[in-house]
Amino acid sequence: MSQTPNPPALRAEGIVKRFGQIEALSGVAMHVANGEMLGILGDNGAGKSTLLKILTGFHRPDAGQIYVRGEPVAFTSVDHARSFGIECVYQDLALVNGLSIFHNMFLNRELLRPGLLRLLDHKEMRRRAVEALAEIGVNIPSVDLEVGRLSGGQRQAIAVARAVASKARILLLDEPLAAMGAREAGLIIDLIERLKARGDIAIVMIAHNYAQTLELCDRVMLMQHGEVTYESAAKETSVAELLDIIRREYQAARRA
Amino acid sequence: MQDSKSLTSAGVAQPRRALVAVLRQLLMRPEGSIVLVALGLVVYFEATNANFLTNLNLQTLSQFVAAPVIIACGEIMLLICREIDLSVGQLYALAPFIMEFAAKAGLPVVAAMAVALLVCSLVGLTIGLITVYLHVPSFITTLGMLFLITGVTLTLSRGFPADTPGGPTLTAIMGQWGYAEFLWALAVVAVMHVVLRNTRWGLHTIATGGNIIAAAEAGINIDRIKIGNFMLTSTLGGFCGIVEAFRIGSTDPLAGGSNIMFLGVASGVIGGTAIAGGAGTIVGGLVGGIVLGVLQDGFTLQGINAFAFDIIIGAAILIAMITNIYMAGRRGMRPQ
Ligand SMILES: Nc1ncnc2c1ncn2[C@@H]1O[C@H](COP(=O)(O)OP(=O)(O)OP(=O)(O)O)[C@@H](O)[C@H]1O
Ligand SMILES: [Mg+2]
Repeated sequence: MSQTPNPPALRAEGIVKRFGQIEALSGVAMHVANGEMLGILGDNGAGKSTLLKILTGFHRPDAGQIYVRGEPVAFTSVDHARSFGIECVYQDLALVNGLSIFHNMFLNRELLRPGLLRLLDHKEMRRRAVEALAEIGVNIPSVDLEVGRLSGGQRQAIAVARAVASKARILLLDEPLAAMGAREAGLIIDLIERLKARGDIAIVMIAHNYAQTLELCDRVMLMQHGEVTYESAAKETSVAELLDIIRREYQAARRA
Repeated sequence: MQDSKSLTSAGVAQPRRALVAVLRQLLMRPEGSIVLVALGLVVYFEATNANFLTNLNLQTLSQFVAAPVIIACGEIMLLICREIDLSVGQLYALAPFIMEFAAKAGLPVVAAMAVALLVCSLVGLTIGLITVYLHVPSFITTLGMLFLITGVTLTLSRGFPADTPGGPTLTAIMGQWGYAEFLWALAVVAVMHVVLRNTRWGLHTIATGGNIIAAAEAGINIDRIKIGNFMLTSTLGGFCGIVEAFRIGSTDPLAGGSNIMFLGVASGVIGGTAIAGGAGTIVGGLVGGIVLGVLQDGFTLQGINAFAFDIIIGAAILIAMITNIYMAGRRGMRPQ
């Protein structure tokens, strides 16, 4: 596959990650192309978030190789991964409650006023935050509010808006719809589909809603106990088949 | 709306309502309540003591306030990112001695000062590295450093005070002129206020203390933020001791110490910096330092004895801490 003239936007091979005694990932491979959306499903503790955090440069893998647009890379930091256009909505949202919405939206990507003093441009950040939220259509009373005062779904919308507003080329989403009401989830799904339609952005989404994931994604990947146990085009599988695989794996593990 | 000719009883209600609104606005700010306390204390001591608002007493007051405020500027940054430095008062004593030795060795006084500050920043670097990479809580790291530096200063000085080097102009600018020390404190406050509110460093310090995982996930180098703030605090501690040495003309090896460190931390916390991290204000630290100074100075003028004074200061600090936590909850600023 690496010989194809058009390499996948993001590819990982043989990723291993240990936390002390726990092996969270034992040789995981994944790939996603531009214009494609990959869904990752699986049990709690299967290693989905860990895989994502390796792809964002947050964790360093113990073994394995990552390729961005065909080039092998070893991320040294989150900023390093971001320089390749990789943006993430983390499961815990990575928001600071005591800071305003607009400061959170520009956290570690602050806009500065011209000049040697490198002072923050609060005004411009506020203006662009308002714009970005208006574009998605989420209901936020004021971008000056502290994030700690928002509801769970509103916080999630802020995290998604932040990742999207930063012109990601590879967008990683860890359960982006988990806390959202139907209307807000609808808005975010619309947003994701618009991004997908652009064709120049690769999306990976972790989720627990099987039906929704099959509908939204082009391809799905099932993760269990640190391994990929199944992979298929979304059209060629069903919720029933996925649940069946999970049950079989679970029973095999119990017998072992 | 109300014109001055028809200033009836209804017209009086208008400014009163405005006053209430201003007060409410002020109270919602982290440093708001303490500004009112400071004003109240000044009015009280001025009313009960004829010597309070005189030039001479204001000079004394400003000199008492300066050191805790400069120290507070560092400690506030550390408290915001959930750390503390207990050893800053020891650098306050060490820095003037290093300056003196460097000057005796032939360096110009300004260069000797730079050497002393550099040594202080290296001590801060050491504290930071131990805390961040060896995962020792800064409370413990700096407690050890406190004893270590005291020993070093006593050894270097052999227990004797040192005369401060430097010509008359430099000495006046650096601290001897009546308000010089306070002006230095104001300069540090101004710079640190801008750093906290208007630079990435300040914002990242708040983020690190508010939610360290989120800060790391956003790509902020949290280790660098913490180490940098330790270096800043240590350097300010040394600077503060140097300014004080120029004012007095000599330095005692046991100057500063835990007393000055506690006054600095207390100034910050009284001023509204959250003890639990994630929020703070430099201007509040200035006002907090002024409140402590006014209390000390005012009660001294009234002839209250030193034992009773400690009781009053202790109670004031406790009340301020309780208010701090209560107000943080009210403003919805309690960090996660
Ligand atoms: N920082 C860490 N330190 C130690 N162990 C960790 C760490 N992060 C994850 N783990 C462990 O790695 C395993 C995989 O966790 P991970 O968060 O990747 O699961 P997940 O598939 O995202 O689960 P969920 O669906 O519940 O979000 C778990 O056993 C977890 O306890
Ligand atoms: Mg997860």
